[in-house]
Amino acid sequence: MVKAKPAYSLLLAVFITSACSLAYEVLLIRLFSIIQWHHFAYLIISLALLGYGVSGVFLAFNRARLTAVYPRAIFANLVLFALSVPGCFWISQQIPFNSVQILWSIQQFWFMCALYVLLALPFFFAANVIGLTFYQYRQDASLIYAADLCGAGIGSLSIIGALFVLLPDKILFVLAGFGLSAAMLVMALAFRGAFGKASVWMTLFMLVALSAFGLLSDMSLTVSPYKDLNQLLRIPGTRVVEQYSSPLGLLSVVESTQMPLRHAPGLSLNADSEPPPQLGVFTDADNMSAITQYDGNPETISHLDQTTSALPYHLQKLHRVLILGAGTGSDVLQARYHGIEHIDAVELNPQIVDLVKKKYAGFAGQLYDPDHVTVHIAEARGFVATSREQFDLIAISLLDAFGASAAGLYALSETYLYTEQAIAEYLRHLKPGGYLGLTRWIKVPPRDLPKLIATVKKALTHLKVNNPERNIVLIRSWQTGTLLVKNGAFSDSEIAELKHFCEARSFDTDYYPGINATEVNRFNIMQEPYYYQAATALLVEQGEDFIADYKFNIEPSTDDRPYFFHFFKWRTLPEILSLLGQGGISLLESGYLLLLIGLVQAASVSLILIVVPLALWKRKLGISSGSRRHFRVLSYFSCLGLAFLFIEIAFIQKFILVMHHPLYAMTVVVSTFLLSAGIGSHYSKKLSETIEKSMIIWPIAGISLVSTLYILNFEGIIDFLLQMNDLTKIICSVGLIAPLGFCMGMPFPMGLSSLSRTTPELIPWAWGVNGCASVVSAILATLIAMQFGFTVLVFMALGLYGLAALSFPGSVREG
Amino acid sequence: MKNKSHFVMSPLIMAGLILACLMRSVLAEEAEYTKQRQRLVDLIEVDVRLTGQFLGKDVLDEHVLQALRKVPRHEFVPENLRPYAYQNKPLPIGHGQTISQPYIVAIMTDLLGLTQNSRVLEIGTGSAYQAAVLAEVAGNVYSIEIIEALGQKAAGLLKSLGYEAVQTRVGDGYYGWEAAAPFDAIIVTASASHIPPPLIKQLKPGGRMIIPVGSRFTVQHLILVSKDQDNKVTTRQILPVSFVPLTGQH
Repeated sequence: MVKAKPAYSLLLAVFITSACSLAYEVLLIRLFSIIQWHHFAYLIISLALLGYGVSGVFLAFNRARLTAVYPRAIFANLVLFALSVPGCFWISQQIPFNSVQILWSIQQFWFMCALYVLLALPFFFAANVIGLTFYQYRQDASLIYAADLCGAGIGSLSIIGALFVLLPDKILFVLAGFGLSAAMLVMALAFRGAFGKASVWMTLFMLVALSAFGLLSDMSLTVSPYKDLNQLLRIPGTRVVEQYSSPLGLLSVVESTQMPLRHAPGLSLNADSEPPPQLGVFTDADNMSAITQYDGNPETISHLDQTTSALPYHLQKLHRVLILGAGTGSDVLQARYHGIEHIDAVELNPQIVDLVKKKYAGFAGQLYDPDHVTVHIAEARGFVATSREQFDLIAISLLDAFGASAAGLYALSETYLYTEQAIAEYLRHLKPGGYLGLTRWIKVPPRDLPKLIATVKKALTHLKVNNPERNIVLIRSWQTGTLLVKNGAFSDSEIAELKHFCEARSFDTDYYPGINATEVNRFNIMQEPYYYQAATALLVEQGEDFIADYKFNIEPSTDDRPYFFHFFKWRTLPEILSLLGQGGISLLESGYLLLLIGLVQAASVSLILIVVPLALWKRKLGISSGSRRHFRVLSYFSCLGLAFLFIEIAFIQKFILVMHHPLYAMTVVVSTFLLSAGIGSHYSKKLSETIEKSMIIWPIAGISLVSTLYILNFEGIIDFLLQMNDLTKIICSVGLIAPLGFCMGMPFPMGLSSLSRTTPELIPWAWGVNGCASVVSAILATLIAMQFGFTVLVFMALGLYGLAALSFPGSVREG
Repeated sequence: MKNKSHFVMSPLIMAGLILACLMRSVLAEEAEYTKQRQRLVDLIEVDVRLTGQFLGKDVLDEHVLQALRKVPRHEFVPENLRPYAYQNKPLPIGHGQTISQPYIVAIMTDLLGLTQNSRVLEIGTGSAYQAAVLAEVAGNVYSIEIIEALGQKAAGLLKSLGYEAVQTRVGDGYYGWEAAAPFDAIIVTASASHIPPPLIKQLKPGGRMIIPVGSRFTVQHLILVSKDQDNKVTTRQILPVSFVPLTGQH
């Protein structure tokens, strides 16, 4: 049966569905980062996306039945999508899931499974709409895929915008509203005759009711009681004064009227002053920082001189200081306490700067206002890369909360702040004799600081510094450690000052040029002087052997493998597992393991979705007996699913270094990829018109050529683009990505188009296979990048595209 | 008559039987809990032997072990979690709080080096299990809880279990318990961004303070703060397991 072309209104409905589905995905990550923790958000949502895979199998089984009632089926799925977006989230909030208990409690495991199912439902309905349309209008697969991709592209742009203006829980209702509008489109325009007046009124009523409910209701988020914000709110007299939402996080400002907040991490044991009154600022209900009250009297903030990060101010007179990740300003306050002439403060989140600069300016004593303080809203690495200034001190302190950091939960997050190239960049921006100060939490056993020492040594060696061990000192309190790297060798007088500074505050000197073993581990005593051992081994002796022997991964991170927090080593896992019962939980670098769990879950569920129906219900899937064609379909569509995201994820990361703002980079790269792929998909119809199998070579050759060109010359691209202003950078990035995206949009519809001519009954199944592969791909990509870097990831993707070209499901005879 | 007396007797007999059954089941339950506690202590002893390196000894103080054998941990956890009370795991007790892992409670108590004459301050009463264990080992225990509902419940529970000697208070622990200071030992179970200077002041020369560092469910490591006779303060970072990050000849 040859169907008419899909109506534009139907394409628009597909477009809206796809946009909402992508927005829902981003939104879920946001919501779960607030109510649970980011890594769990990632885990839960990656599996929920398998709703796409389930949909493929569902459609494959019911394709005949559903095409017979196509308009109604689409309408029903759209309505169900719309209702399930807020509905399932609301139900999921009623489940007392506690991720921190998952290691102990089987009950929590079942709760998590329930979450998966609930959150997968909206994806399932959305995928039904798109997958069924592919099957129904298979001759126009390229057009539908174009609508699907462009929708996703616009969805990724819109959700970022929406998160700036609306609280995340409200956006659920906006998405539901769009879903119902798409349903109205289908009913009133695409298939006008198929629905009675009553259904039109019903849908309209639902739309109005939902909007009203969304506007008026207060579906407050049930945040885990174990997150820091909720812990603090149990203290009498504390309350959230205000909240601000942005894609960078939900900010909550907390005041405490009865018992003052006292946030002073790393305070010396000898300190007898306590911090003045403070306001707590939480990001995503966690990661507290404080706005400190300042009346201009330095005496009131003298506690800031009692932390390890105050060291550089005591070694020589500093004039110009750069604070990276200034946040709510305690490091700026510390610099002001030490009477610095000019302070540059860099902070990524404009809402945090606003709090200190405007809303609580009086409370914070106009901290960011004086002429000698310049605040830059920018990403730290990018700011340094583009700055022409040089500084006496560049300081980066404690940007991550201790709790998550210690549990290894940041393992998956890439950071370009601590890579070898970043350190080299900072060092180039130091005046002769200037310092780079890196302050980190003390972990037992040590992880961050040894890794930083190894990184600094490598950077110094690259910069052709002779005797790098003479440019480094390391001190430590019970809670924080500060690594100071000098542009030049430390002098005797500086070392004398350092000893004096540490002695007065009971800080340990772990390393300075000429240190001997009797001077270490005196105040904050570890079982062995681990930090001294690590520093001397890494700096003086054969550092490589030490890195290889160490039980955690302390190899320097690079721009190609920017996983500073990835400390996991397979070799140590058995030993750690045997110690779990005794309280060895702190040794478990759980972030990496969660990623593996994610991969195992997604791969096994995908396998079940693909293999079980294949083994048991081949005929129902549309596979004729004796045919081996489905193997080609399986290989082709899973290779595409894997490869598309490999390339997309690698280039998101690469372009972060160009645009220097993770959010902008992500938005620009993702939306450009999707939109250009949409256009490519539309164009692919021309290639699909010839039955020649060889046509698939063209887009794949294009992808290989362009991505090889980019990935091998990326440093050149960065150097070139770095000189430009922001707008030019964005335009150039779009210009670079679009040709790649254009080619990447073609193979999928070309495959479907070929199927539509030969074995159309396999289309829904192919859709499901592609869905499963995409989910596995997102997790696998991170694992590969952590292990081998982004360059390898891109070449693996090219290998997969090659494999796809070989298994292109051409004419029936080949199958 | 016979019949009548039979009728009169039977409710009494029934009641007696029910009571006897109930008593028996209560007693049986108690005996079961005692057994479970013993098993838990055995487990802890094995763990301690394996990790003796950091404690500098292979066995915990007998008083601490005796306390763990005696304090009914099941009374300190919510009813529905009682079956898990003697597993060596932390458990949620409501209000976003947890009862610590018994192994951690055991070594923290041991590290304080308490005697019957010791005066101990606890910041963060929580479930009150730790306070009860402290009370078994030390003569004078003071405990402060910031969350009112939790503090009151804990105080009631301690009383009902016979730990009347434990002094409790609801309030801010930052300034310690000035009136009862100085202390031989302080245990800080509430999370804080730094060690409050007033608490260090309230520690006697020769006194010790212990602080678990980590989240509600997982202790990353312990900080043992010691004040020597000259009021010099040092800390020890203690990983509660036997693990050496370095291998080879370094």
